[in-house]
Amino acid sequence: MSLLDYFRSTKKNTASTAKERLQIIVAHERNRRNSPDYLPQLERDILAVIRKYVDIADDQVSVSLEKSSDQLSVLELNVTFPDDKK
Amino acid sequence: MAKIIVVTSGKGGVGKTTSSAAIGTGIAMRGFKTVIIDFDIGLRNLDLIMGCERRVVYDFVNVINGEANLKQAMIKDKRIDTLFILPASQTRDKDALSKEGVERILNELAQEFDYIICDSPAGIESGAMMALYFADEAVVVTNPEVSSVRDSDRILGMLSSKSRRAEQGLPGIKEHLLLTRYNPERVIKGEMLSVEDVGEILAIKLLGVIPESQAVLNASNSGTPVILDEDSDAGQAYLDTVARLLGEEVPFRFLNVEKKGLLKRIFGG
Ligand SMILES: Nc1ncnc2c1ncn2[C@@H]1O[C@H](COP(=O)(O)OP(=O)(O)O)[C@@H](O)[C@H]1O
Ligand SMILES: [Mg+2]
Repeated sequence: MSLLDYFRSTKKNTASTAKERLQIIVAHERNRRNSPDYLPQLERDILAVIRKYVDIADDQVSVSLEKSSDQLSVLELNVTFPDDKK
Repeated sequence: MAKIIVVTSGKGGVGKTTSSAAIGTGIAMRGFKTVIIDFDIGLRNLDLIMGCERRVVYDFVNVINGEANLKQAMIKDKRIDTLFILPASQTRDKDALSKEGVERILNELAQEFDYIICDSPAGIESGAMMALYFADEAVVVTNPEVSSVRDSDRILGMLSSKSRRAEQGLPGIKEHLLLTRYNPERVIKGEMLSVEDVGEILAIKLLGVIPESQAVLNASNSGTPVILDEDSDAGQAYLDTVARLLGEEVPFRFLNVEKKGLLKRIFGG
């Protein structure tokens, strides 16, 4: 490997990795902050109900409450099912 | 009417006390009657940074408890005659500050002062809440580093939901980003988040960028707020910061690597 290659191949710079990770976690935490306190428990309850039928992991259910106007909020429930358990 | 400014961050060791001392001193240098309050109960440090540690007789908690009055507890700066310091107590009782007590003292100070600077402790517990609760403006001190940025975002959440202004439905606290310990050389190498990166993530107005600087340690060693070291990079960056806080438009400096001359490169700069 030439010296030039060595400098070119230096790993992806860590600052951009930091930025991407921060953008994701900060967006997630802001979302949590702006949602009612009961949401995490609601998420656990829904998880428990689904588990009666399908074996899924903790991170396969996500619940969020999106305010779409002054009068209306939409509860969004996302469940990913593993392929073989449909 | 006094303006109450909290200097806060969530994370510890990012430069809140350094910045409170510099900003408070800078505002007082402009002729405004200014008091800096150390809210870090149990970990008093503002007195050392301001160089008045030997003159502490009474503290913030003594005043709240009625054991001393403000005149007895406040320390008048020997360099700038519009500047005062109210030291923190060294008590181990973390709940020594009550909301009512703090409010009463702030109201009394507001009669006399133009600016009240609140140096917040780290964390998101009662001490930090107390420091930010009554604020009109907030200087959110952040280092270009993941945990500091994340904690700053949490503090922004508190400012907009847990403050007096939020609870009473008043216009929100004016939020300013102060990026400290910035190292342009490392930013260019891709090793450190840039001012643009942090600004984009936190999405609040940039008030100032303070470079990582030897001058800060020198200043704290001698008990002189770094803003009084007007020849230093950090001192000048704080002067710019104060000007912006007072509404002036000042271009940003110290964002790029300074080109070193040959002599500097040989002998070190
Ligand atoms: N711009 C800077 N350059 C170099 N060191 C700094 C800078 N700002 C702060 N420091 C150092 O960082 C440490 C923590 O600063 P301090 O103001 O006490 O932080 P905090 O009040 O947030 O805990 C101190 O040792 C201080 O000298
Ligand atoms: Mg401090």
